[in-house]
Amino acid sequence: MTPRPSVSTPRAIGASLLPLLLGLCAAMILELSIPQGSYVEKILFDIGVNVILAVSLNIVNGLTGQFSIGHAGFMALGAYGSIVVTYYGGYAIFGDVLKHTTLSGYSLYFVSLIAGGLVAAAAGWVVGLPSLRLRGDYLAIVTLGFGEIIRVVLQATPPVLYPSEMAAVPGWERVLHLGGALGFSHGQSYNSLGWTYAAVVVMLLVAYRLRESTHGRAFLSVRENEIAAEAIGVNTTRYKVAAFVIAAFFAGIAGGLFAHQLGAGTASRPEEFNFMKSFEAVIMVVLGGMGSITGATVAAIALTLLTEILRSVQDYRLVAYSLLLIVVMILRPKGLFGTREIWDFFRKKDQP
Amino acid sequence: MADFLTFLFKGISVGSLYALIALGYTMVYGILQFINFAHSDVFALGAFFSWRFAVAYHLMHPTPIQAAGLLLLSMAACALTGLLIEWLAYRPLRQAPRLNVLITAIGVSLFLENAGQLVWGKSVVQFPTMTEHSIVLGGVHIRLVEVVAVGAAFALMLGLQWLVYRTKIGRGMRAVSVDHNIAGLMGVPVDQIISLTFVIGSALAGAGGLLVGLTYGQIKQPADASWIIYGLKAFVAAVIGGIGNLPGAMLGGLLLGIAEQFVAGYVSTTFRDAIAFALLIVILLVRPSGILGKNVVEKV
Repeated sequence: MTPRPSVSTPRAIGASLLPLLLGLCAAMILELSIPQGSYVEKILFDIGVNVILAVSLNIVNGLTGQFSIGHAGFMALGAYGSIVVTYYGGYAIFGDVLKHTTLSGYSLYFVSLIAGGLVAAAAGWVVGLPSLRLRGDYLAIVTLGFGEIIRVVLQATPPVLYPSEMAAVPGWERVLHLGGALGFSHGQSYNSLGWTYAAVVVMLLVAYRLRESTHGRAFLSVRENEIAAEAIGVNTTRYKVAAFVIAAFFAGIAGGLFAHQLGAGTASRPEEFNFMKSFEAVIMVVLGGMGSITGATVAAIALTLLTEILRSVQDYRLVAYSLLLIVVMILRPKGLFGTREIWDFFRKKDQP
Repeated sequence: MADFLTFLFKGISVGSLYALIALGYTMVYGILQFINFAHSDVFALGAFFSWRFAVAYHLMHPTPIQAAGLLLLSMAACALTGLLIEWLAYRPLRQAPRLNVLITAIGVSLFLENAGQLVWGKSVVQFPTMTEHSIVLGGVHIRLVEVVAVGAAFALMLGLQWLVYRTKIGRGMRAVSVDHNIAGLMGVPVDQIISLTFVIGSALAGAGGLLVGLTYGQIKQPADASWIIYGLKAFVAAVIGGIGNLPGAMLGGLLLGIAEQFVAGYVSTTFRDAIAFALLIVILLVRPSGILGKNVVEKV
């Protein structure tokens, strides 16, 4: 990593704001051009959620060099956190639990996504704390264990309340009725491709700008050598926890999108967020190259498409997946892209 | 009181199996410093191998002698699997960063699960059963098969203890776990010792597979999450006891088994699967090197 000259504030805004606007326009175009409920929409949705998961996990695993394999736990928290807001919060505001296609309805959805992200981020803070004392494998096991605890606890929750039952349960206790193992089955499908890809754009931009910032350099220094980073004055504790919090927040957003994608009546079940989901995110990050944002993105797109292509031979899919992972680890230990970004391949000899 | 004793015995029965599997994790961790995620799948394969052998040799109701034969066959098959895994997947990565090895282990684990599911299908398999005897002791129903399983597990653990602390091979293993390079310089055949560690750990997992099958009477498909959870709990047991430490793994296994049964019995079965991880987090925060582990200060 060669140090880059510092960038003035107006240019930094230009570098963030312009791509953001362009990205949001692209998301709007997707929203308007792809019909709701079509097969293409479903695949594009899967891709979007997986990109968010992979790129957010990349902040912990790739940039900061910690090893988290419990990402699905954060996603679950985000999913439940946001669906609680649209369902129980929606009941408190509108007096019913139907989908409101008004400005206030969609504002509620927006708030719910942020709320889901915050719930997950809070959990990320809690999980980040042990990372101060544990490294490598131990941390991996703790994150995995955390994800499983979330799932087990969610499975133990009482059934979702129907509107007719709401009166019997006082205010705040309602939010504990999350449907247990059957899942939260009465959520409304607020989500659409526009929402999904707006989140993807924000995620990519945050990840990229973060990495190029002073804080991002601190993340990288923790990855490269924790002791040396500490010696030059990087507060490694703070940055490790920060990485977990940021990654968890976006995983929570992905969960919120996921929970609101399926139509009313279909469930987002705790089982969806088991450790296979976490492993898939890890595989995407590793395959793309730890630390490469475009790498994680490309890997997420490729693996999602691969999943779709191999759907007819479902049983062989994971066999192929796992062999791919082993072969990549042996032949290309740094993943397909390494720490480089996709455009680095098109540049002429990098300037020294 | 009868409740208490029942939970205690059940805990020892489950815990000794955790301990048996935990030994495989702890041995590999002690020598190579990585979590062999594939260990839980070798354990699952052990159950399936012994089921296949039982079907092939018409031993669906084995006598104790025949069960011992099955145990040896299953251990041998798993030992071979462990050896192959080490050769094909881990040996090329001997010099690679630990994270890569860890990820490869996840890959091997996924591969074994899904290949196993392809071969043996997705349905629950009826495992060979031994004749059901049970005795009542102090108000506790004790199934004989569980006593046998506990006995076999303890016998294997004692055998391992002897191997590691009383033989030349064991001395080699201990030397490699302290320092690869210097052990190599002292004439210890490092690669062979590492392979042997995998062989022994996998054989114990194979034994565990058969014993679990005999205790529960049926086994789920290899890709079922219950195997991974079982394996993870065994790993947690190893960490609780102090990873890399053989008596620690046994102690951790028993502790975890008993804790789980008490939680399931007195609190709720729903939280049985969460207790292991909760215990893990508490232990790691209070005593990161485990109950019997030594504290290692990180040096530059």
